[in-house]
Amino acid sequence: MSRLTASAALAAALLTAAACGRTTNAGTTADTASVTPQQMADALHAVMEADRTVYTRMVVNRLQNDEKVIKASEHWQDDKALPLPAQMFRMGAEMAAQKNANFSYALLSQWPVNTQNVPKTDAEKAGLEFVAGDAKKNYYAEEMLGGTKYFTAVYPDVAVAPACVNCHNSHKDSPRSDFKMGDVMGGVVVRIPIG
Amino acid sequence: MTRSGYWIGWIALVTVSSAYLAAVLTTDATTGMKAMLLPGTTTAGHYQIELTCGSCHTPFGGVSNDACLRCHGDELTAADDSHPRSKFMDPRNASLVARLDARQCITCHREHAPEMTRPMGVTLPDDYCWTCHAEVGRERPSHAGMTFDSCASAGCHNYHDNTALYEDFLVAHANEPAVLARPRAPGRALRDALGAMGAAPAALPRLASDAPAHIAIDQSRVGALETTSHARAGVNCTACHVVPSGDEAGQWLDRPGERACDACHGAEVKGFFASRHGMRPASGLARMTPAAARLPMKKAAQERQLSCVSCHPAHDFDTRRAAVDACLGCHDDQHSRAYIGSPHHGLMTRTDADRAGVTCATCHLPRLTTRVNGADIVTVQHNPNANLRPNEKMARTACTYCHGLGFSLDALADRELIARNFRGTPVRHVAGIEMATKRTTERPN
Repeated sequence: MSRLTASAALAAALLTAAACGRTTNAGTTADTASVTPQQMADALHAVMEADRTVYTRMVVNRLQNDEKVIKASEHWQDDKALPLPAQMFRMGAEMAAQKNANFSYALLSQWPVNTQNVPKTDAEKAGLEFVAGDAKKNYYAEEMLGGTKYFTAVYPDVAVAPACVNCHNSHKDSPRSDFKMGDVMGGVVVRIPIG
Repeated sequence: MTRSGYWIGWIALVTVSSAYLAAVLTTDATTGMKAMLLPGTTTAGHYQIELTCGSCHTPFGGVSNDACLRCHGDELTAADDSHPRSKFMDPRNASLVARLDARQCITCHREHAPEMTRPMGVTLPDDYCWTCHAEVGRERPSHAGMTFDSCASAGCHNYHDNTALYEDFLVAHANEPAVLARPRAPGRALRDALGAMGAAPAALPRLASDAPAHIAIDQSRVGALETTSHARAGVNCTACHVVPSGDEAGQWLDRPGERACDACHGAEVKGFFASRHGMRPASGLARMTPAAARLPMKKAAQERQLSCVSCHPAHDFDTRRAAVDACLGCHDDQHSRAYIGSPHHGLMTRTDADRAGVTCATCHLPRLTTRVNGADIVTVQHNPNANLRPNEKMARTACTYCHGLGFSLDALADRELIARNFRGTPVRHVAGIEMATKRTTERPN
């Protein structure tokens, strides 16, 4: 073999070794560096669900139904009352949207008090139908909205406190009056743009 | 002339003209030449600042929402906007945005388009609600038969401000009488409020002027200053006439300007600069005069320049007189001329009630109660536009202190009654309360 070929082969071998070495060094971080959209949605939902459950049980249910010192009301400023859990959720979603547009979330239902919160997109409709059937399974899909592709996750939203079912069963705008504790009353929809 | 001469002449003419027009466009000088570049008559709300293009336009960037929110943001927050931008930024509403981009103010409020401008600067057809709310016929059978353009014009719904119109509010205030048992607007009591907040001012026992020795006090200008509320609150000469901070701190100013008032009356000064009385100096322009107004103004007042002391003069802060005489000193439209002798004005002559009367200010510079550090402060909204259009905004800030909600909404919907300054009773009836109440009873839930 000529000297040129030998040098080229040696250089190629060295470069490959270096590249392999780099891959090996970065191998451990590469395994955990990327978070899938599903993992991100699950993590976000875990926080949302926890915060809202705490608010519903420890603040609204305790102070309104147990201690009876304050009510929760849709028009909480005028009534000097607590915001409803759904409003606390939505205000959080709006505040998060101002800071970081990389995800959005909403609380929807097939039996909403406010008809604006009915599922609108196909993924929402299918997702809410799916989670209402089985309280343990989430629904994941991809959809195209306004020219952007989204990873959409729908999580079952369960009645966690008597405050939930009491209010929704007696509200004049609620389509259903037969909710029980532990029922799926709707779903949390988390959307993450994926290009 | 030679051919090249023509060329040189034309190029020179075009260059010089372009440079001149560019200079006119890019400077904020309010010369007559700049008005020539305006593409169309501006709206009643913006004509005063129409020559400061930078108030709204970002060079090479169109008109951003920030330009609008700089002046109107506070109003939208106070109104608990029913259609906030955040609603349309949610991707689930992308299909609605495709029909009408409600994320941008200028989608619905375009300037420089007088031929399609409706009330409140809206440049959409009157049936714009239908674009997104086509299901209303199905969801609210009570709305069957209503016309497409009656949503926002019947005294029932507004796009932004529904604080006096939401269902639960209508139901909570159903069956109220035309005049409430205890008709009262909030009293101001700023000194007591400051005391409750811990900044209790002490009254001056006798007005001993603390002006610097070299200032010659013209007693005819100062008048009976010791009888005023300022003296009772311990506000002496230097409190207003000496610059408190900044480069000129410590200097005596014969004419202090709004900064002197700002220290204690911040809310009022802010409202003034947001209003049509003060929006010109707020944008760096010369002060507004009645001569420049589009509303009819009294001839004698044409050249008066507007500032805090135009309505409540320096050293004589009689706000009770200011509440009527200051306004009628300039304003000469039908509603203003009808005020003297109207039922509201008639209340001022009652001697049985303490400080009775409904003045121009009662409705147009309404008293707002805010809670600051646990104490209730009553401030006077000095931006009359904040509760003027759509006029249902006035229901909670003015009318319902004395009148029932149903009566107030009926009166606000009756244009002729307003023009007569409320001589008579409303002939129109807004059915909102009945419709809302019916919904609570027809559903057993």
